[in-house]
Amino acid sequence: MRGVQETVLYEEAMDLKFLDEVYGIPGGDKIKDCIQCGTCSGSCPVSWAMEETPRQIFAMIRAGMRDKVLDSLTIWTCASCYQCAERCPQEIKITDIMYMLKRMAIREDRRRSRKARALSECFVNVVNRYGRNRETELMARFALITDPLGSVALAPVGMNLFTRGRLPLGGGKVRDIEGLRKIVAKAQELGGE
Amino acid sequence: MRYSYYPGCSMDATGKQYGESIDAVAKALAVELIELDDWNCCGATAYMNVNEVLSFCLSARNLALVGDTGNGRTLVTACSACYTNLRKTEAYLAQFPEIKDKVGQALAEANMKYEGGVATKHFLQVLVEDVGLERIKASVKHPLTGLRVAPYYGCQIVRPYGIEDDADNPMMMEHFLEALGATPTQYAMKVMCCGGSLMGTREEVALRLCHNLLLCAQEAKADCIAVACPLCQMNLDAYQVAINKKYGTNFSLPIVYFTQLAGLAFGLKSDELGMQRCIVPATQIAARYA
Repeated sequence: MRGVQETVLYEEAMDLKFLDEVYGIPGGDKIKDCIQCGTCSGSCPVSWAMEETPRQIFAMIRAGMRDKVLDSLTIWTCASCYQCAERCPQEIKITDIMYMLKRMAIREDRRRSRKARALSECFVNVVNRYGRNRETELMARFALITDPLGSVALAPVGMNLFTRGRLPLGGGKVRDIEGLRKIVAKAQELGGE
Repeated sequence: MRYSYYPGCSMDATGKQYGESIDAVAKALAVELIELDDWNCCGATAYMNVNEVLSFCLSARNLALVGDTGNGRTLVTACSACYTNLRKTEAYLAQFPEIKDKVGQALAEANMKYEGGVATKHFLQVLVEDVGLERIKASVKHPLTGLRVAPYYGCQIVRPYGIEDDADNPMMMEHFLEALGATPTQYAMKVMCCGGSLMGTREEVALRLCHNLLLCAQEAKADCIAVACPLCQMNLDAYQVAINKKYGTNFSLPIVYFTQLAGLAFGLKSDELGMQRCIVPATQIAARYA
């Protein structure tokens, strides 16, 4: 019934520019072809853990419900498995739109974006330093930032990996790291969507 | 047979036994995998959360490096995230001129350029399509007779940028396992997602997905699950203890790479294939077919 209650939306609460923002990613305008069939929600392996299903999110985007969408736990539940995009009869790039919503929420520092933001930032920092992801360093940094006490619970996993030689200290580095950093800087300047 | 090879970041760390068994199997089949010189991280799913163009630039740099090597225009990788990012980048550069333009400008900063045309193949495809099942069969010294294997493709390699196989019911891994003499089980969850990096950000969701996968494999009376992605392997293997604790189950299903099984069938040593690196013990499978 939650969905039914939420359908009342006054015009002044709508952000009609929201849809234009979604149009901004390559292929983003396909969202106008959504027929609300629910194939995405039915295919999604994690829709049970979402607040709104993908189908509902798409209706909300088109209704200009910007804050509700960007504050929804739904976008942080998407595992990027592409099952929805594979099956969408209208060929909407659903996974990529989810990625875009995540980027918007992170940029706006939305309250539920913090953990995923922390993971992305740790990842980007490690890769900017070495050009490669040193998994041991990534896991350690992420655990320290998000949950220093909880990382004790993660310790057995780390220890099991470590004793089997699967969490090495150190790791590879890109030789032309300066070149890579220039590429990264330019890409960030040019930006996406 | 010679290819440029993009190992990706996991092969030296959490996926070490994957890297080891790929090297051993490639050598046994005389497939030359030449590591792409100075490759960089593909950005996994994390970079897409930051900047789409940046994510494409990371893969475009790797694709550009293929151009100079003289090892052909095929890039081989065995990690699902790397594979998807490389293929997706190739597709976007061809489809969207504005992406191509931005990526081109960024690569130019490092005096690099990429004009397209590199085909990325998963190592499973190399074995099935290029080496061929006949040669695989001919290389088997210890057929994996009686070994029931749940083939697990995971998500990304069978999705829009993935292998040319049925998205809902791919059979490539089954055919490969049969060639090794093993018995692939009927397994409804074979393309269901393991949760990927949700294990770090929403652990309870990923644990449930992995629990369901293990349950389904166990019900199919599988002796082990065969995987083709380092993240699937880690989630199912390293977190199996946590899953048992949370759900009161007692799963003890080894999570092995398809390359480890191939190596065993080819008569390679357990250590060479990193069997001892699996957290849920897999060495008894190795002992059975030594």
